[in-house]
Amino acid sequence: MSTATLDAPAAGLRARGRALVHRPPVAVRVGPCSTRLDVRAAVVSTVLAAVTVFGLAWSVSVGDYPIPLGDVFRQLAGLGGDTATAFVVETLRLPRALTGVLVGAAFGVSGQIFQRMVRNPLASPDILGVSSGAAAAAVFAVVVVSASSATVTRFALAGSLLTVVVIYLLAIRQGLSSYRLVLVGIGITAMLDAVVAYLLTRAEIYDAQRATLWLTGSLNGRSWEYVRPLCLALAVLVPVAIAASRSLRALELGDDCARALGVGVARAKLALSLAGAGLAAVATAAAGPVGFVALVAPQIARRLVGTRAPGLVPAGLVGAAIVVYADLAARRLFAPTELPVGVLTAMIGAPYLLWLLARANRIGVGG
Amino acid sequence: MSARDAGGRHPARLVGERLRLAYDDRVVVEDLSVAIPTGRLSVIVGPNACGKSTLLRALARLLAPRHGAVLLDGDEIRRLPTREVARRLGMLPQQPVAPDGIVVADLVARGRHPHQRWFRQWSTADARAVERALVVTGTADLADRPVDELSGGQRQRVWIAMALAQDTPILLLDEPTTFLDLAHQVDVLDLLRELNVRDGRTIVCVLHDLNLACRYADHLVAMRAGAVVAEGRPGDVVTEATVEHVFGLAAKVVTDPVAGTPMVVPIGRGPGAGAPGAQEGGS
Repeated sequence: MSTATLDAPAAGLRARGRALVHRPPVAVRVGPCSTRLDVRAAVVSTVLAAVTVFGLAWSVSVGDYPIPLGDVFRQLAGLGGDTATAFVVETLRLPRALTGVLVGAAFGVSGQIFQRMVRNPLASPDILGVSSGAAAAAVFAVVVVSASSATVTRFALAGSLLTVVVIYLLAIRQGLSSYRLVLVGIGITAMLDAVVAYLLTRAEIYDAQRATLWLTGSLNGRSWEYVRPLCLALAVLVPVAIAASRSLRALELGDDCARALGVGVARAKLALSLAGAGLAAVATAAAGPVGFVALVAPQIARRLVGTRAPGLVPAGLVGAAIVVYADLAARRLFAPTELPVGVLTAMIGAPYLLWLLARANRIGVGG
Repeated sequence: MSARDAGGRHPARLVGERLRLAYDDRVVVEDLSVAIPTGRLSVIVGPNACGKSTLLRALARLLAPRHGAVLLDGDEIRRLPTREVARRLGMLPQQPVAPDGIVVADLVARGRHPHQRWFRQWSTADARAVERALVVTGTADLADRPVDELSGGQRQRVWIAMALAQDTPILLLDEPTTFLDLAHQVDVLDLLRELNVRDGRTIVCVLHDLNLACRYADHLVAMRAGAVVAEGRPGDVVTEATVEHVFGLAAKVVTDPVAGTPMVVPIGRGPGAGAPGAQEGGS
């Protein structure tokens, strides 16, 4: 093998390459370990994290009993404060805001997994029936069982996971074709939507109202009972998703290319689907099917980061920020009336996406 | 473990033994055996739907045989870890689709997947292999361009660069010249020839154009209806009788004035019917 002949032009390229490559990621190497760091993605992620934390604090500070931001941070940092502040922050507002952050992050990461895996910007965890399964089970729990909200959450979780398994088993046939998955998902979702519509027509007016609120997606009255299991689920599923997401870079080139590059396609897709569906299922169980976050967060992240396939972290952070600010707006816009957060996520997310798209088209990139 | 194993001196040999290949209930290839000569450029030709792409997919373990086995260096390919196979054997499928908006450098870098681990995602070997693949395929100047903006010929070079970045001693390509104009077809085949001669890489590709196949192949595999009907050097394989048998086409075989390889001149039954030598043609 005569690689030597090729090294000279390669060296020449290296000098030019610095200027050539479109926002080149920086190679980071320590001993045998190495990775590539996209500087812009890192900066964007840091800014998004700061924006989310600020939104969280802001959300905790405003309300019928306003608390100055400084006191909020002091309370959060454990530096003490009076008991009324402590009660409002730690018992009433913080768990709700944290639920929003976790739910948003879970939807964002999940949406990114499915959009890249199915290679379709319109894909979301809903193609695996996550929200329709949760909705049917939750509405059943409200209307037929008249269950408490904690029980509704458990029903929703069980319903979405069961639906995911059913759709997966129906779609799988000598490997998992994305196309088949989408079609089976549409069919099952339509059936479950019919079940929801039927249950709502049979419901007492109070139950119907409760069910509708759940179906819109709401963070009202979310306590630590919601935060803890969400934290636990994310702590397990997000690392699994990030580990599995490396194979996304190959899967995006199509199943044949991915296989040729040494990816166990069926196994990789199973791991990604399970992690993505699991994240969406726990988020839906906690807050209802908060509209649009899983769909729009990856698209916004993609445009902020400026690469075709940003990692899962920026998408998760965008999701968290959307839900936190949407909930803040939902609480305060028509105060004292609180809107369900699901009404606001689409109202905030959609115009922002449209603005990004319009801007991208004008400068001719990223459309 | 490392890219060293994937070096050109590895005695790679790719063999298909008594293969039966099928999609669902439709058997495409029956009882086919083939050995890919190491360090040579092999071309598989044959009429549409003769099973040539199917055979290539089976050799690249993208399609599991119903019967028989594909052997890579004597081991059954299905039993080898897929990542291990991907360090020895690369495959460029027919008309792969790039994710929209992806830039050339990013696409080519994805060819490094089988050499990477979660803790080793961008070694100096990765960087070197990608640079080299860009230089060899003449796509270095395109590194920062979105793939969707490139012409068909450039795009094909970029995909070949991705397969090269994988740095495998064996490279399979499924119709790498489809939808390219003649100049770009020649360009791609010159590139493959160069890769074969310079690195001693074993290259197998499926081609439609019989004359280009004759020009570039060291070893020609002619298929018809799921079976290999002739195999060997183009000069030995390509005769008027073989062309008639494989393609059902009446043709004259003359000597290519440039390369001295066989050149197939179809007779058909069209306007050439009155031309000299066309008497034995027709329907």
